[in-house]
Amino acid sequence: MELFANLLGKIEALSSQNVLILSSLIMALIMALVMAACAIVFTWMERKVAAFLQSRYGPMRVGHWHGVAQPVADMLKILQKEDIIPAEADRTLFTLAPVVIFIGSLLAWAAIPFAPGFIASDLDLGLLYIFAVSSLAVIGILMAGWASNNKWSLYGAARGAAQMVSYEIPLALSTVPVVLYTASLNMNDIVIAQQGGVANWFLFRDPFLFVAFVVYFICSIAEVNRGPFDMPETESELVAGYHTEYTGMRWAFFFLSEYANLFLVSCIATAVFLGGWWAPIPGLPLAPALNFIVKSVLLVFLHMWVRWTLPRLRVDQLMYLCWKVMIPIALICVIGSGIWLMVSGQAS
Amino acid sequence: MYTQLLPVLLVLSVAVVFAAVFLGLSYWLGPRRPDPLKETTYECGIPPRGTVQIRFFVRFFLVALMFLLFDLEAVLLYPWVLLYGDFLSAGQAAFALGEISVFLAVVVVGLVYVWKKGGLEWQ
Repeated sequence: MELFANLLGKIEALSSQNVLILSSLIMALIMALVMAACAIVFTWMERKVAAFLQSRYGPMRVGHWHGVAQPVADMLKILQKEDIIPAEADRTLFTLAPVVIFIGSLLAWAAIPFAPGFIASDLDLGLLYIFAVSSLAVIGILMAGWASNNKWSLYGAARGAAQMVSYEIPLALSTVPVVLYTASLNMNDIVIAQQGGVANWFLFRDPFLFVAFVVYFICSIAEVNRGPFDMPETESELVAGYHTEYTGMRWAFFFLSEYANLFLVSCIATAVFLGGWWAPIPGLPLAPALNFIVKSVLLVFLHMWVRWTLPRLRVDQLMYLCWKVMIPIALICVIGSGIWLMVSGQAS
Repeated sequence: MYTQLLPVLLVLSVAVVFAAVFLGLSYWLGPRRPDPLKETTYECGIPPRGTVQIRFFVRFFLVALMFLLFDLEAVLLYPWVLLYGDFLSAGQAAFALGEISVFLAVVVVGLVYVWKKGGLEWQ
């Protein structure tokens, strides 16, 4: 009898472990699907937004209604393209670079809380983990630029790396004031601390947090290399920057990662500043995941609006903005929020 | 720890499998018609001139150096930030703020030095 109970206990322990593995695997697959969906939805959305801002129609034919099936058609086309590796290229690095960028952007999704309990990995170091993993993209860009053995690629990669590492500093610093309030880097804890309507979102908790959000938003545009900060891929100077030599599916991985990263930085902003899955007014009968996704997509729309409205910056203006404007402001926000917390004496 | 890091490992493996499947699919579906002209380095249509071993603008190295220092500074802020709540509830917030102000002052002096020396100019 004792033996039987022992055995039963072991089976139970084993099965709970298996349940953990199975549920994590399902979450990982969902994250991969979310990423693929982002590329499909946002390429169409970007074309439509760009067209709308420039008084054009954009894609109209594929899929009958406003070209909704255009991304699917594009993907089928890309799959059938020839994969060209230049004779001069470093083959190993050239083939690995898109995969490194793709893995970096998918890994960061593991710590994004879409809804209560709907998170692939409830990491205690969530926020730090996301920043650490998403900087894998810098390595991927440098690999792509170096391996292509092309002047445009190399210049694009050097610019891209300089820009991304520079803007990573104000990006990380602008989330520090929020952590002052939560005293936790766990993404779930950060969202839970914003329960109860717009007034409790970190965006409106104190004026320094509002400024920190603006700093975060501007730096996130630079971090995903989009206009007006698209120096690494300026088509009028560098052809296409670090992915000049890429074709077919490998090029598509760069594209996929760009849109996935765009949604990622918007999701981080939603979770950290905009109340995550909480509805704007407490008690609104909206699904938590819906709240989260609507807020993130609105931020993505803002990114697109900025991209198609503002002209591109020069490299020196880019560096000026980062080191002489964004970093000092972010540092002031950290100290300012600390003083505000001390004077008002509220901590959650 | 184990339950937190296992999902990360699974996401990593899903990413690798996803990438492998799509690259394999394009390898299977795409044509392969190699051509020496097609495989030359793209330089706007003209034959490539010179080498790619170009000289880099020295500013890029400076940016890399400054990134190392300032990113380390940002990471060093996190432990203080996580403990600030404890200081606040113990009524020692002014002390904690003073401490971090000293740390930030050192960093800001560094930033001002680089600024005055012209290390942030891109000309």
